[in-house]
Amino acid sequence: MASTAATTKSSDLVLRSGLRYRKIRDRIIETFLLAAGLVAVFTTIAIVVILLTESSAFFEHVSLKDFLTDTMWTPLFADAHYGILPLVAGTLTTTMVALIVAVPVGTIIAIYLSEFASHRLRETVKPILELLGAVPTVVYGYFALTAVTPLLQLIFPELPGFNMLSAGLVIGLMIVPYVASVSEDAMRSVPRYMREGSYAMGATRLQTALRVVVPGAFSGLAAAFILGISRAVGETMVVAIAAGMQPNFTFDPREQAATITAYIVQVSLGDLPHGSIGYQSIFAAGLVLMLITLIFNVIGFSLTRKFREAY
Amino acid sequence: MIETTSTRGTPESILRNEESARPGQPPAGAAAPRLNIAVDDTRQTKAITSVKAQVDNVNFYYGQNRALKNLSIPIADKQVTALIGPSGCGKSTFLRCFNRMHDLQPDTRYEGSITLHPDNINLIGPGIDPIEVRMRIGMVFQKPNPFPKTIFENVAYGLRLRGVRNRATLAEEVEKALRGAALWDEVKDRLQDSALALSGGQMQRLCIARALATTPEILLFDEPTSALDPIATAKIEELISTLRDQVTVLIVTHNMQQAARVSDYTAFMYLGELIEFDEAAKIFTNPSKKATEDYITGRYG
Repeated sequence: MASTAATTKSSDLVLRSGLRYRKIRDRIIETFLLAAGLVAVFTTIAIVVILLTESSAFFEHVSLKDFLTDTMWTPLFADAHYGILPLVAGTLTTTMVALIVAVPVGTIIAIYLSEFASHRLRETVKPILELLGAVPTVVYGYFALTAVTPLLQLIFPELPGFNMLSAGLVIGLMIVPYVASVSEDAMRSVPRYMREGSYAMGATRLQTALRVVVPGAFSGLAAAFILGISRAVGETMVVAIAAGMQPNFTFDPREQAATITAYIVQVSLGDLPHGSIGYQSIFAAGLVLMLITLIFNVIGFSLTRKFREAY
Repeated sequence: MIETTSTRGTPESILRNEESARPGQPPAGAAAPRLNIAVDDTRQTKAITSVKAQVDNVNFYYGQNRALKNLSIPIADKQVTALIGPSGCGKSTFLRCFNRMHDLQPDTRYEGSITLHPDNINLIGPGIDPIEVRMRIGMVFQKPNPFPKTIFENVAYGLRLRGVRNRATLAEEVEKALRGAALWDEVKDRLQDSALALSGGQMQRLCIARALATTPEILLFDEPTSALDPIATAKIEELISTLRDQVTVLIVTHNMQQAARVSDYTAFMYLGELIEFDEAAKIFTNPSKKATEDYITGRYG
């Protein structure tokens, strides 16, 4: 009896020390994971802090009113103007052109792949489509400048060599794979019983796709479009190469203009001394860029929440 | 043990002579509820006087796999026919032949015929367009599957597919269908709300309304209450009983009490074969096959 009790006790001890070791190990791993997660958070915070401090230095020289209402952006000229509007206009115009291409084309590809294509075709086409996203953007930039612009000039003979139309169209093509891929995932996550309900009512494939699957996948489609917008707004190389670097307050895509990103690239290439107001202006521009993307993301999230369907 | 002492013809012989008069109710006592299943005894024993669809030697294949074997039963017009049997017996597969749902999957094949009366169309014939078939045969699924649209648009869906544009007609038909599905009073003030906000039972009645809106000739139910609570189930069962006035109903169910309560005729299937087909009252009180009896007394399934 006594010996049994002793054995029990010693094995108890072994168990307990094993437990302590496991607890410590768990704690270490937990801390490590937390630290890894915090890297991303701190990076974001650091970026925001730098953007804010550098641009606050900028705003000591330039009033917020001038920044938001002046229609000239000429920080590099003797007669310097710091109106962000031309850059915002350039960004919005190229983004708009890109969306006019990417939303319909991306959605149509997604509908085809999700609802019509055979399993084998889908599995072949999707990786190829995603491969398009791996092409370096500088290649797209030269594609716009040397292939698309000359083609467009056949239609619009007056079109300048640098223009937002060509840049926007190519950005559009560039984000088609993203839009198509995310949209296709969203549509395929619409449950099968939903489609069967539609087929059972006598609907064709096309009717089912357009009337049931697309509304059912709305939140995912909205997310795809927002993702596309974010990429188009942030796209740099294509606009820097094909749209020109001349800030120009216009919404006409046939003209040349600089976007926010193109301007930042131009200044970052190193003409301006560190600490000068021109140098600080890129942080103000960067702040605006971040705000635009943030607004779209917020819209995207609220859309997603509003239309999230309870499957 | 319970002895089956039927001296009447086999179900097959009954099937072959469905026009001939059926023997009346067995003498009281013979059909005493020896099995613990409640049957609506007030229901009259009825011969099939009018056949809505005749199933003849139907075989169905998934690839090389023969899932249905030589099925033959009549589907009585404006009556409820139930398909029962253990999981995997092919009852849902059989049901889905009627509206050609299998055509959505590759590598499936039908043999035999399901003749829809009075037009004498073979629903599973090779020259028949499945979409045409689904226009005439409605279906309600196991899991309520309303579309991500408003309540109104869900019911109007089939009408819109058929090209109905007139708003007054749509509103009228939607109301009629919702009343038919005993849902109108609950949703009449919120027809423009999303259908996904309804409760499970309401969703299922909405799906019934959606199917009724296009006045189908046969309405298929694939275990319509298996995802519902008992109260919602009772409502659906009551609804199915009233539906027999306007439409021929074919229902697959796991629940034998349910089959006993709602059906006029019952087919018992096992491993892709039809074991027995008869009036529900007879199947549940005095089945002629041992396998049927074993199943309904809960010995397997």
